Amino acid sequence: MKSIILKTGSDYLLPLLIMFSIFILLRGHYLPGGGFVGGLIASIAFVLHFFANSLENTKNIIRIHPGLLIPVGLVFALFSAIIPLFLDQAVMTAQWMHEPLPVIGMVGTALLFDIGVYLVVLGVTLTIIFTISETM
Amino acid sequence: MTLQDYLYYFILPVLTLSVILLFIRFVKGPSISDRVVSLDLHITTGIGIISIYSIINDQPTFLDIAMILALIAFLGTIAFSYYIEKKEKNE
Repeated sequence: MKSIILKTGSDYLLPLLIMFSIFILLRGHYLPGGGFVGGLIASIAFVLHFFANSLENTKNIIRIHPGLLIPVGLVFALFSAIIPLFLDQAVMTAQWMHEPLPVIGMVGTALLFDIGVYLVVLGVTLTIIFTISETM
Repeated sequence: MTLQDYLYYFILPVLTLSVILLFIRFVKGPSISDRVVSLDLHITTGIGIISIYSIINDQPTFLDIAMILALIAFLGTIAFSYYIEKKEKNE
C-alpha cells in the first residue's frame, strides 16, 4: 500500500509497540496482561509494518522464519516445568527468587512460562498471516 | 449534578444512541467501505464506553484494554483497505 503517512507512522510504531508488548508481558502475573496478549501486540506491530511496507521488508527485519519461534517458545515452557526437578521438588512447582529484581520485580518460573507463551503466540500469528498474504 | 450523574444520564445514553445509528449503517451500508467505517466507529464508541466505566469504577487498568482495542481497530481498518485496494487492482 503506497501511503507515506502510514509508512512513516509504522517506522515509529514498530519499536514502540514491541516495547509496550514487553511491558504487558512483564506485568502479567498480578495485573491484566501476560504472554498471550503480549505476543498478540508484538505480532500486530509486525503486521502493521508489513501492511505499510512490503512482505520482503518485514521478513528482513525478523531475519528468521517466524515458525522457528514456536519450538523455541515450547522449550522455554518445558524448562519452566522441569527446573524444579533439579531442586528435588515435584514437576511444575513454582520457583521464585528471594529478592526482587530492580525494574522487573519478582522473577520466577511463571515468567519463563509466559515468555514461552509470548514466543509461541508471536510465531503462530506471524506464520498464519504471512502464509495467507503470500497465497493471495 | 455530580460527575457520576453526568456520566450515567448524559454520556452513556449519547454513546448508546450512536451505537444504534452505527448499527443501522452497518446493516444498510450500500458498499463495503461504509461497513468498514461503521465497524471502526463501533470500536471507537466501545473505547469511549470502556473509559467511562474506568472512571466510574476507578480502575485505570481498563484503559489498557481500551488502548489494545484501539490498536486492533486501527489494524483492522488498514487490513480492510489493503485488501479492498488489492481486489480493485485485480479486477
